[in-house]
Amino acid sequence: MEIVKADHLSFDYIRRDEEGNVEGITTAVNNVSFTVKKGEFVAILGHNGSGKSTLAKHLNATLYPTEGAVYVEGKDTNDEKNLWDIRETVGMVFQNPDNQIIGQIVEEDVGFGPENLGVPTKEIWERVEESLKAVGMYEYRTKSPNRLSGGQKQRVSIAGVLAMHPSCIVFDEPTAMLDPIGRKEVIRAARALNDVEKITVILITHYMDEIVHADKVIVMDKGSIAMAGTPREIFSQIDKLKELRLDVPQVTMCAHLLKEKGLNIPGTILTNDELIEALKKCR
Amino acid sequence: MLKDITLGQYYPQESVIHRLDPRVKLFGTFLFIISLFINDNFIGYIASVLFLTTVIILSKVPFSFMVRGMKAIVLLLLFSVVLNLFMTEGEVLVSFWKLTITKEGLYTAIFMALRLSFLIIGSSIMTLTTTPNHLTDGLEKSLGFLKVIRVPVHEISMMMSIALRFIPILMEETDKIMRAQMARGADFESKNLIKRIKSLIPLLVPLFVSAFRRANDLAMAMEARCYKGGEGRTKMKPLKYQGIDRVSYLIILLYFASIIAIRVIV
Repeated sequence: MEIVKADHLSFDYIRRDEEGNVEGITTAVNNVSFTVKKGEFVAILGHNGSGKSTLAKHLNATLYPTEGAVYVEGKDTNDEKNLWDIRETVGMVFQNPDNQIIGQIVEEDVGFGPENLGVPTKEIWERVEESLKAVGMYEYRTKSPNRLSGGQKQRVSIAGVLAMHPSCIVFDEPTAMLDPIGRKEVIRAARALNDVEKITVILITHYMDEIVHADKVIVMDKGSIAMAGTPREIFSQIDKLKELRLDVPQVTMCAHLLKEKGLNIPGTILTNDELIEALKKCR
Repeated sequence: MLKDITLGQYYPQESVIHRLDPRVKLFGTFLFIISLFINDNFIGYIASVLFLTTVIILSKVPFSFMVRGMKAIVLLLLFSVVLNLFMTEGEVLVSFWKLTITKEGLYTAIFMALRLSFLIIGSSIMTLTTTPNHLTDGLEKSLGFLKVIRVPVHEISMMMSIALRFIPILMEETDKIMRAQMARGADFESKNLIKRIKSLIPLLVPLFVSAFRRANDLAMAMEARCYKGGEGRTKMKPLKYQGIDRVSYLIILLYFASIIAIRVIV
């Protein structure tokens, strides 16, 4: 069953001068259609200015399409009466960990979402506990978020969204401001939610190695979908990715270069283990 | 330098004071501040010192933490002490050059210094032992009656708790911008006051810009988490009076009564 459906979605940013006259129109998203099925891990890829963040903000009705429509569990995001249902269904983790933590204590921040939903007190505590445990931050529950590392802060943000029991979480470049260790922590948490809790994950990123495990990859360029498919299908087209100014994971590149040099490596390599296996067979 | 301000900072610890209902602490702080202004003799201040010391010991917050908050008002303190010392008329104690110190001046100066420092310590105990969320919950509940005359109590308390949460972040940012500007030759330590004030402009402008950007982000994050105002909201930590809160109310009232008694009798 599909949980998110974008139907010929377009969005224009309208620039105005001081008197409010239209100065120019920038089309950030242009005629994009895709569907995300329940339980899928979908990655949306693109370099800066490709419209991927604008697209993400449509998925929980933070922005409304200029043309076309977005449906979440069949509900139109343009319809105001669906607004809170949609935001409850689709949670969102943003880029800057500092700017999305509201509470001064970790557990209070995680409780913020359920409080807004009007969940009874006892259940809020249960939800906070289970969400913090799911992202491995339970032992930090009484700490101040200011004392956590970037990766830990981001995991708290994830717990905060998780406590609202969404069926889908959109990660809007959650790792862009983190160090490599923090990035790994966050991606591991996102994958665990998908594997264990069966939550649909839509991951927006420009890091290639984060999307290797996705079920589906959508590559955005200049507001439109440039490529779509499984990670293996996407990474087999190294030349096209280069055209879009995107890299492939290091190991894929390595395998590709080895193949060009005449080594017998089959298909597209996505992980270190795969490359090791393939190289063993070459001998 | 910017890390010295402890006002509005929470110090996590397990203590009786930490567990008290924020409404009790608000009420207590309020009465304590009033009591400072009722005091007009040393016996009253001794009572205040005793009360304050007991609370500090019970709170298990290191005393140095509270003193750190005082640094911010050292100038104000000195200013009021000096003014009171030399400007009050009365029985002359010492006189040199054009300055005279009077007995009354000495008393007012000491009282003023005590008042100000107790005021800061007293209110910093409240913020050090209460999480800002708890504190604003307390304010929201205690001032709930204002809703009748359409005061947006919930919104104000939410704004306060967010402001408190962002104080350390903005401090850090100020530090960062300061260093960046210093690296480009900005002079924040000039002896010339006008120069010094002027040098704040390249500090404040980027700070404001980034604060607005943060506010925008935060508003979006709050809406994404279904924040739609105070209505229909439940509480993770609802406020409920315990036995100890009632006892504390009693102690606070007793303290206040004794302060009034001291003032009347002595």
